[in-house]
Amino acid sequence: MHNKTIAELSAGLKAGEFTSVELTQSYLNRIDSLDEQLNSFITVTPELALEQAKQADAQRATGHVGILNGIPLAQKDIFCTKGVKTSCGSKMLEPFISPYDATTITKFNDSGAIMLGKTNMDEFAMGSSNETSWYGPVKNPWQLDSVPGGSSGGSAAVVAARLAPAATGTDTGGSIRQPASFCGITGLKPTYGRVSRYGMIAFASSLDQAGPMTRTAEDAALMLNVMAGLDSRDSTSVDEAVPDYTADLNNSLSGLKIGLPKEYFSEGLDDAVAKVIESAVKEYEKMGASVKEISLPTSNLAVPTYYIIAPSECSSNLSRIDGVRYGYRCEDPKDLNDLYIRSRGEGFGAEVKRRILVGTYALSEGFYDAYYVKAQKTRRLISNDFNQAFADVDVIMGPAAPSTAFKLGELSDDPITMYLSDIYTIAVNLAGLPGMSIPAGFANGMPVGLQLIGQHFAESKLLNIAHQFQQETDWHTQTPDAFK
Amino acid sequence: MSKLDKSDVEKIAFLARLGVDEQDIPEYATNLSNILDMVEQLDSVDTQGVRPMAHPLDAVQRLRADVVTESNDRENLQAHAPEVEQGLYLVPRVVE
Repeated sequence: MHNKTIAELSAGLKAGEFTSVELTQSYLNRIDSLDEQLNSFITVTPELALEQAKQADAQRATGHVGILNGIPLAQKDIFCTKGVKTSCGSKMLEPFISPYDATTITKFNDSGAIMLGKTNMDEFAMGSSNETSWYGPVKNPWQLDSVPGGSSGGSAAVVAARLAPAATGTDTGGSIRQPASFCGITGLKPTYGRVSRYGMIAFASSLDQAGPMTRTAEDAALMLNVMAGLDSRDSTSVDEAVPDYTADLNNSLSGLKIGLPKEYFSEGLDDAVAKVIESAVKEYEKMGASVKEISLPTSNLAVPTYYIIAPSECSSNLSRIDGVRYGYRCEDPKDLNDLYIRSRGEGFGAEVKRRILVGTYALSEGFYDAYYVKAQKTRRLISNDFNQAFADVDVIMGPAAPSTAFKLGELSDDPITMYLSDIYTIAVNLAGLPGMSIPAGFANGMPVGLQLIGQHFAESKLLNIAHQFQQETDWHTQTPDAFK
Repeated sequence: MSKLDKSDVEKIAFLARLGVDEQDIPEYATNLSNILDMVEQLDSVDTQGVRPMAHPLDAVQRLRADVVTESNDRENLQAHAPEVEQGLYLVPRVVE
């Protein structure tokens, strides 16, 4: 049962082959027996899940239900879930039982989906390896001494190890696509504003976006159908019609114009990864697509631009967490400053502190124009590059990450090298574009993700391009031996 | 240009009301200096006349009718606070 996709499980539920209670119980059993090796969940919610499953079965018995009815999912612990601990991977929010649901959670609840639990993640989504989580690192199901990527590392590991058919992630600089690449699953970061950010704990508000992490592009389309749409509670969510994302999956790719940015295939890219990406692109040529080299000349500006904008917005966003209204508070504060300083000092981990400090510096008096405004300007240059490229091509392809998953501890003392593992994904967030990573093969025994980048609101096109690849290849069906 | 020393880190940490352990300050100073060196690549980019990008779709703030949409939920929200009394959040005495 655990090797089935959402689409297959939904058909099984519909045909009465099994109930949602049985399905949910089978995933809870897998989590119970296997997650000890991975640490991919912060909180498992068996009682809630079985109660939801019972309701889903009852709903189904009374008539028509949606495709996700009765399907178990794992939710990244960044989404507020009413009555359930929402820690965001931090000691700071260890005591936080959310008083409300994020819009994404409400939408999944309304669709009849089941929540198995909350997945582990880098603290406040700041990290590329899941090692900054206060709850300990997640292990990569393909090789337990390697990282799953981050920040949505728990969600990626859960889907790769078949502990849930699908999960949610969030992506500020690559946090869906890089772990999807490292764990050999399908991950989609939608256009900025496509999915509501309400109740999704903010890291960098002008970049954050939620999306599905699944086995197949078809499942990602089914998830996005539920997640996407305008939300009056998120002023940055976009008033743009939501299509049926499954409608274009079977379109032919004949005549598709693919652009390969030469900057994404230069120094720093692992040779074995490059080979996998090249053969994936050849597969597309066989399907009738044409390929041309393009240039994104400002690619080298993406990481420095991001490491001003993201920490600045993070320092501003996290200033609300002060030990007064919710979350961790230090013992015996002697005055108000002491309360703030020690609660935040004891509650936040090293990487979060680093980013708060960088952001505070960049936004401090006298530096704002030199750093933040300058980065907003280079951000526009990066975005302009993409616009120009899309005048000639339908989709941009390249690696999702410069290497396969690295070893636990390998980069944790070296922040800048760690930041460079997001070198191919960060520009997409700065430009607000949709991007995907899909399984494209293996290098040195570890999965490699092919990144697809589309124009604003081209999610249907990306899902079509991904789905067609998955009709011709079986990389997305590969399962780590220990979790078959 | 951006070599930060111990006193810079202490000053920034205070602005952020962020406790940093004394023994970690040199490491933070090095980390932050390296990050600032990395972002200084942007200094050489000509951005004259480029409009700063605050929103990737250049969207503007959406407005709504000025009507009450939320009900008072104080008890529920304050149930999660470390210390409350009579509907107020408690902090150490500020005014003697």
